[in-house]
Amino acid sequence: MEQAKKMNMKEKYNAMTGDLAWDFSYKTEAEIFPLSDFEGIKIEDWSKWQDPFRLTMDAYWKYQGEKERKLYAVIDAFGQNNAHLGVTDARYINALKIFLTAVTPLEYGAHRGFAMTGRAFPGVGAQVASQMQSIDELRHAQTQLHTISQYNKYFDGLHDPFHMFDRVWYLSVPKSYFEDALSAGPFEFITAISFSFEYVLTNLLFMPFMSGAAYNGDMATVNFGFSAQSDESRHMTLGLEVIKFMLEQHPDNLPIIQRWIDKYFWRGYRLLGIVGMMMDYMLPKRVMSWKEGWEMYFEQNGKMLFDDLARYGITMPKFWEQSVEEKEHLTHQLWLTFYSYGHAAAFHTWIPDDSELDWLSEKYPNTFDKYYRPRLVYLREQEKLGKRFYNPSLPQLCQTCQIPMVYTDPKNPTKRVYRETIYNGDRFHFCSDACKEIFEHEPEKMSQAWLPPHQIFQGNCGGATIPDVLKHYHFTENDGGEFLHSRDNANWNLWKGLTPDEEAA
Amino acid sequence: MSEKMVFLALQDNEDARPIREAIEADNPLAVITQFPGVYKIDAPGRLVINRESVEERIGRAWNPQDIHLSLVTLSGNIDETEDYFALERT
Ligand SMILES: [Fe+2]
Ligand SMILES: [Fe+2]
Ligand SMILES: [Zn+2]
Repeated sequence: MEQAKKMNMKEKYNAMTGDLAWDFSYKTEAEIFPLSDFEGIKIEDWSKWQDPFRLTMDAYWKYQGEKERKLYAVIDAFGQNNAHLGVTDARYINALKIFLTAVTPLEYGAHRGFAMTGRAFPGVGAQVASQMQSIDELRHAQTQLHTISQYNKYFDGLHDPFHMFDRVWYLSVPKSYFEDALSAGPFEFITAISFSFEYVLTNLLFMPFMSGAAYNGDMATVNFGFSAQSDESRHMTLGLEVIKFMLEQHPDNLPIIQRWIDKYFWRGYRLLGIVGMMMDYMLPKRVMSWKEGWEMYFEQNGKMLFDDLARYGITMPKFWEQSVEEKEHLTHQLWLTFYSYGHAAAFHTWIPDDSELDWLSEKYPNTFDKYYRPRLVYLREQEKLGKRFYNPSLPQLCQTCQIPMVYTDPKNPTKRVYRETIYNGDRFHFCSDACKEIFEHEPEKMSQAWLPPHQIFQGNCGGATIPDVLKHYHFTENDGGEFLHSRDNANWNLWKGLTPDEEAA
Repeated sequence: MSEKMVFLALQDNEDARPIREAIEADNPLAVITQFPGVYKIDAPGRLVINRESVEERIGRAWNPQDIHLSLVTLSGNIDETEDYFALERT
């Protein structure tokens, strides 16, 4: 028998993706792919789609199978060895709680979204890439759920993440980003997630956070994180490819894509502020500051990404300068907000110790000592006097990003930014010019945003008092509040044979 | 930084070590920055991983697509064949 000639990579890719498609005989393309043109994106030739990794389905299964085998071996070992005791201290777990309650449902959302694009795009190359990513994202959600179930045995706040995701005020920030994208068409979705989120911004989510997990002894997170991240390079590459493909297909696509890039850059940046807060305040051993991360991954690398696209007419996302101006204020304002609303969160907050305050002074020489350190020190003194501060009101949220309206004007750092606009007789509020502009371009959509405080006042969240609402969220009395008085802290001291903190309840 | 840079990051484990060594040998301008659990490799213009260089170090066949098992992130345009995996930005 004659030996079949071994195909090279390109032939193999073409044979195992493009050749999987078929022509339609009794339905038109428009009937089969009804979502492919309402957004205004014009594609003339889907066969021009190129997957730079040229990953075929058989190779995909092989690699993913190997990743899963490795990961689950480590997860099993983690449980058997009580590895949760290896983290630096119990405060660290609170960063993980935010990650797992905010990001895990996003992974699942990405799984749904790429299943949609895999069906909606008329080109076979894009269908195969979308299907692979849809399966990847489901895998990410699953591995993170396994990690949740490990930590949930020992720590508070992780017992009902999907219920919380659909209701809790701060989780509405990631939820609304993804649902904005999921409720759009396939091209906007893939621009929002693959390009803006994964290609431009995801380095800031995973690099410092996974490094932070490694540094803080959290081997469960390191393992699911790096296993997921090994898929991420493929996702990022898809993000760049899809943008180039759309731009090459028709000149009319440029203004539509630029607007999506502007929108999702800003929305993604607002979302990442919470990651910045974790980097600056919540990791007992710190890897880099938010400011350093933003400089490395956005100001330097992001600029180069946009240089690559300059020949198509794409420019840096609108309002990027604002993100740079805010970089020395952002995380301090957010931490103070979460500290003040700590009784209504499913993780603990605290005032950093002196050495941590010194680190912040060093990393933020222009702002920290002047605006933030004195407030943190004051709050710590109040706590010592038994007057731990909590804000009993409900925060006003930005209609677009859904973050409480706490950000100030970097040129006038003690003055908050309030923007507003009137639509259909109602007044809407915004944290920034960028959030206002996003709303004004799509007011019919954005005016319908589900804002948790509004919903509470309308009677849709279990009642009018904070205990009613927390019950509606399925929070228990141990989930939130001051770390020092938490059950997590008391348990940790017990397990580690440490003297209980003087102040611990 | 006026020069166009590319980078990739690899998990800091035994599987990735021969890849790192091959990169160091074949890319004299590459600079490695170590972080906990991961390292980032930056280079001006082009960064290449050659199949042969990795195979020399591990003593068996290696497919450039095996990089998928160790990659954490990358930046640059991909150029990939049976013999190498490269990132470019010109
Ligand atoms: Fe993912
Ligand atoms: Fe992804
Ligand atoms: Zn906003």
